[in-house]
Amino acid sequence: MTAKSLVEIVFHGRGGQGAVTAANLLVAAAFKDGNKGVQAFPVFGAERRGAPIRAFARISDSEIHLRSEIYEPDIVIVQDESIIELVDILKGLKKDGTILINTRKKPKDFIFSKTFRVATVDATSIALKHDILVGGIPVVNTPILGAIPKILNKVTLKSVQSVVQSKWKGEQGILNVKATQDAYDTTEVNK
Amino acid sequence: MTMMIDTGNYIAAKAAIMARPAVVAAYPITPQTTVVEGIAKYVDTGEYKGEYICVESEHSAMSACIGASAAGVRTFTATSSHGLLLMHEMLHWAALARMPIVMCNINRVVGPGWNIWADQNDSISQRDTGWIQIYCSSNQEIFDTVIQSFKIAEHEKIILPVMINYDAFVLSHTSMPADIPTQKEIDDFLPAYKPHWKLDVNNPITFGNIIAPMSYYKVRKAMQDAQEHAKTIIPKITKEWEQTFKRNHGGLFEEYKTEDAEFILISSGALGAESKAAIDELQKKGLKVGLARLRVFRPFPTEEIIRLSKKAHLIVIDRNISIGNEGAMFNEIKAALYQKSDAKVIGYIAGLGGTDVTYKDIEKMCEKAVRGKTKTNEWYGLRED
Repeated sequence: MTAKSLVEIVFHGRGGQGAVTAANLLVAAAFKDGNKGVQAFPVFGAERRGAPIRAFARISDSEIHLRSEIYEPDIVIVQDESIIELVDILKGLKKDGTILINTRKKPKDFIFSKTFRVATVDATSIALKHDILVGGIPVVNTPILGAIPKILNKVTLKSVQSVVQSKWKGEQGILNVKATQDAYDTTEVNK
Repeated sequence: MTMMIDTGNYIAAKAAIMARPAVVAAYPITPQTTVVEGIAKYVDTGEYKGEYICVESEHSAMSACIGASAAGVRTFTATSSHGLLLMHEMLHWAALARMPIVMCNINRVVGPGWNIWADQNDSISQRDTGWIQIYCSSNQEIFDTVIQSFKIAEHEKIILPVMINYDAFVLSHTSMPADIPTQKEIDDFLPAYKPHWKLDVNNPITFGNIIAPMSYYKVRKAMQDAQEHAKTIIPKITKEWEQTFKRNHGGLFEEYKTEDAEFILISSGALGAESKAAIDELQKKGLKVGLARLRVFRPFPTEEIIRLSKKAHLIVIDRNISIGNEGAMFNEIKAALYQKSDAKVIGYIAGLGGTDVTYKDIEKMCEKAVRGKTKTNEWYGLRED
C-alpha cells in the first residue's frame, strides 16, 4: 500500500478496451475519496481498434500542476496480457512500483514478480460471467477498476462502485458493480 | 456549485452555454471537436436554448458570429489551428467592427507536416488582428475565463472580441476537476448582454461603409485605446470573480513564488502549470527562481513586465517561433524593456510540434539560464537524429 502524496498510473490496453474510460472512472472515484488533485488523459496518435494504446491517471492529495506524460509510473495496469510481448510495460516503473495484470495466471508466474509487486485478476472471465459485453467482446475495464483498491489505498471499492453505478444505469449498473466486487475478492498480490 | 471532472473541451462547452449566448456558430476540427459536440449535446438535452448554427467552414463560422453580434446578441464559437487561420480575414473584421465575440482556440500545430498536437503558432500568428488573447493552464481556468471573457469583451471601454487559448490534448482532452457555479451565480456575475449599438430594421443605420483615411485612422486609435483599457479592466474583472468564487488565476500574469526571486521564469499555457512543479524543485535546491505565467498576450502587459524586470532577470520559454526571428514572447518582452531595465532576458524555444516538456526539462532550462550558459535563442530538446 502506497502512502505517497502523488500516484502516477499508466494503463496499457488495446484500442476499444476502454483504457481511457477506466482512467476517467478511476480518477472520479479517487476524487470521491477526497483526493483533491486528479487527472486522466489518453495518449493521442493514430488510434485503431485492437492496437496497443496507453492512458494515464494521476491522483494526489493536492492540486496537480503537471501536464506532461507519465514516464516513471507508480502503477502499471495491463488490460490485455498479450501486450506484455509487444510493449515494455516495465519501462520507467519505480522500484517500489506495482503491476496489475488481467490474466488467468498468478503473480508468481511472471518473472518480474521477483523484483516488483505484481497483482493479477482474471478480468476477462469476470466480464464474461456477468455478461458485460460490447459487440460480443468482454469489457474488462470494470473488473480492472474493482481490483485497483486492492493495490492502492487512495481509492476505495465503495467509491469505485458508486462511480460505476452512475456510469451504467439499471441492470447494466448492477452487473458492473457485481463485476467490481468479484474482481476485488479474487485479486491476488505477491507482496 | 457542483464539481465536474471532465476534459478542457467539455468544461469549455459547459461554460459557453452557462454564459447564455443567443448564437453559437462553429465548425468542427481536431482537437476542438468535442467543444462543438458538447454544445450540441446541450441543445439535445434542452439545456442550451440559443441558436446553434452549423456552418460549412470556419470562415463562415466567424461570419455568422459577426452577423449575430451585429444584430445585438451574445455569440460564441471555438476553433483550432487551420480553422483559426481560415478565419483570418474575419478575425480582423470582428475586431475592427468591435464585435464582443468570445472564442476558444485550442492551440494546435499548423501543417504541413500534418500534426494535431500542441503549439502556439496558430494564435500567435493572429496577434495583430485586434483580438484580446488569453492563455489558460487548467480546466478550471478555462471555465472561469470563458465566463470572464464575455464580461471583458462587452465592457463599455473595451468592446473587442476575446480569444481564449489552451493546449491541444494536454488540456483539451485531459480530465481534471472544475468547480461549476450555479446558473444564478453566473447570471449575477454576467448579466444579460446589452449591446452598445446594433443593426435594427426599426432604427436603420449604415455600418461598414467606405470611410475616409482620417476616420479610419481614428478607428485604429480607438481599438488601441480599448486594448490599453483592457490592461486594467481584465485584472479588475478577475478580482471581482475572486470575491464571489474565491479563485483568481491571475490578471495579466499569475505570479508563483516570486518573493525573493533573482530570476523569474515567464511561460504560458499548460507549460505555465508544469513550470510550477519545476519552480518547487529549483527552490528546494536553493535556486532563487520564481514564475510569472503570462495569461494575457494581447494587450501586451508591458508595464507588468517592466515591474518584474526590476525584481529579477527574466527567463522566457516560447512554445512558438516567429520564423526568421525568435520566440514571440521573448521578442516582445525584450522590446518592452527597451531603455527601461538592465535585466537580462534569456529565451528558449521548447515544445514545438507537441513535443512533451516535463517539469524536469523546465528545471534544466532554468538552471542553465541561471548559470549563464544559455545560447542566444536556444532550441531546447531538439535531437540531432
